[in-house]
Amino acid sequence: MIRDITIGQYYPKDSFIHKLDPRTKIIGTFVFIISLFLFRNKFLPYVVVIGFLGLVIGASQVPIKHIVKGLKSIIFLMVFAIVFNVFLTSGEVLWQWGILKITKEGLENAGFMALRLTLLIMGSSIMTFTTTPNHLTDGLEKIMNPLKRIKVPVHEISMMMSIALRFIPILLEETDKIMKAQMARGADFESGNLIKKAKSLVPLLVPLFVSAFRRANDLAMAMEARCYRGGEGRTKMKPLKYRKEDFISYLILVLYLVSLVVVKKVSPV
Amino acid sequence: MGIIKAKKLVHEYIRRDEEGNAVGINRALDDLDLDIQKGDFVAILGHNGSGKSTLAKHLNAILMPTEGTLWVNGYDTKEEEHIWDIRQSAGMVFQNPDNQIISTIVEEDVGFGPENLGVPTEEIWRRVDESLRAVGMLEYRSHSPNKLSGGQKQRVAIAGIMAMKPKCIVLDEPTAMLDPDGRKEVIRTITELNKQENVTILLITHYMEEVIGADKVIVMDQGKIVMQGTPREIFTQVEELKKYRLDVPQVTELAYELRKSGLAIAEGILSVDELVNEITRL
Repeated sequence: MIRDITIGQYYPKDSFIHKLDPRTKIIGTFVFIISLFLFRNKFLPYVVVIGFLGLVIGASQVPIKHIVKGLKSIIFLMVFAIVFNVFLTSGEVLWQWGILKITKEGLENAGFMALRLTLLIMGSSIMTFTTTPNHLTDGLEKIMNPLKRIKVPVHEISMMMSIALRFIPILLEETDKIMKAQMARGADFESGNLIKKAKSLVPLLVPLFVSAFRRANDLAMAMEARCYRGGEGRTKMKPLKYRKEDFISYLILVLYLVSLVVVKKVSPV
Repeated sequence: MGIIKAKKLVHEYIRRDEEGNAVGINRALDDLDLDIQKGDFVAILGHNGSGKSTLAKHLNAILMPTEGTLWVNGYDTKEEEHIWDIRQSAGMVFQNPDNQIISTIVEEDVGFGPENLGVPTEEIWRRVDESLRAVGMLEYRSHSPNKLSGGQKQRVAIAGIMAMKPKCIVLDEPTAMLDPDGRKEVIRTITELNKQENVTILLITHYMEEVIGADKVIVMDQGKIVMQGTPREIFTQVEELKKYRLDVPQVTELAYELRKSGLAIAEGILSVDELVNEITRL
């Protein structure tokens, strides 16, 4: 059903990666993504990257099947990138038909691009699989904390994110209800072309927006009644704390970067 | 002075037309005097538009009196600097359980109030444990609120208020959106909190069955208090209650009708057992 959709798709387990501080995981993912773009088409560095990713996936205890499933959503993007790379890279021509030509460099580029995208999605999905949405927003708030000095409302942003996460299933359920209520009165959401379908969604959006605003108003009142007054002077029930495991992870991350750079230097192709 | 005291409390809503010009004034509260003692369980009854929700919002300083004064735990609600003390003293539970739960995990939601008050972390955990236990929701602490029933969500909301250690809890029609089971669950929970933790309870409702356990019943109509007394005293006056468009519990009404038609049944029957006793006595 519609309410089963969850954002982030947390995969509950009690692994080493699950227990890491969200900041470690966010920074780790960020570094991993950057590391993918440090080198161009060389084969050997990818061995290091794949090795590292395999290690992390193993430690996270998330089944590899589950992670591969997440790749489905980017197939379109992947095909797009491959087609463009194959046909639009100039170089040594292998095959030509009119203006379409396939070059050796194009094939190479396309292959590496596909590999890079796959690794990127797998790497970042490890973060969402092992971190609850609440932890993620907490981690982001902590990481962005220095931005407070230049007047970025860091606490407010993370509060908004966590409230949004709380209300996604509620609003989905509500959409479902409104849809059924309108179908009972003869509304048709399924037939017709794309434009007709989009038009039939208008009477759905209006009541949904009205109710979302009413909910927001109620929630704001409830929050104020519970003494919410922004981030100032607030304590945390679950404060983030780095543990030994986090320092070990940072060390591994640095080791990974160093070995990647070294391999890149010595790699012949 | 009681924990909640109102003197000549007036609240007016200004009705505006589409251009924003004032076209009239609605007096939601009209010269209201109120005195509630610590540890009492007070039920406020009234049909829609009687001003009972407006009164509730005053107790939490969400609305300000137009005239008159309201003291909560000794603080005048008009004093801006005490607004957080007032909100901590008088916790508020609202009608819709979904719209007052902030977090995606039960225990984190209960911890939200203490977090706002700046309570140290270990103390927050203690309070969360205590309040979840008090409402009987301890085993659901790591669940998502979306998976709970309406009655359970409302109990979580009550726990969230309890964790702030209030002197008084104001419940604004907490059972209006619940099924009969959930309704009983919530009423049982607040009755227990009142008896065991000695929290003052102010229950606003229009379900007659829920006020039987109260120490005191207040009936409101058009912004005024029109009747006051123990549930028994109130429910003996069936005719007058009907005048304010309120129904008495079924048993009470049956006993009242029997008495009117000549049977020697005592006044103010509140439960089935009492009526059975009276009838077998005859």
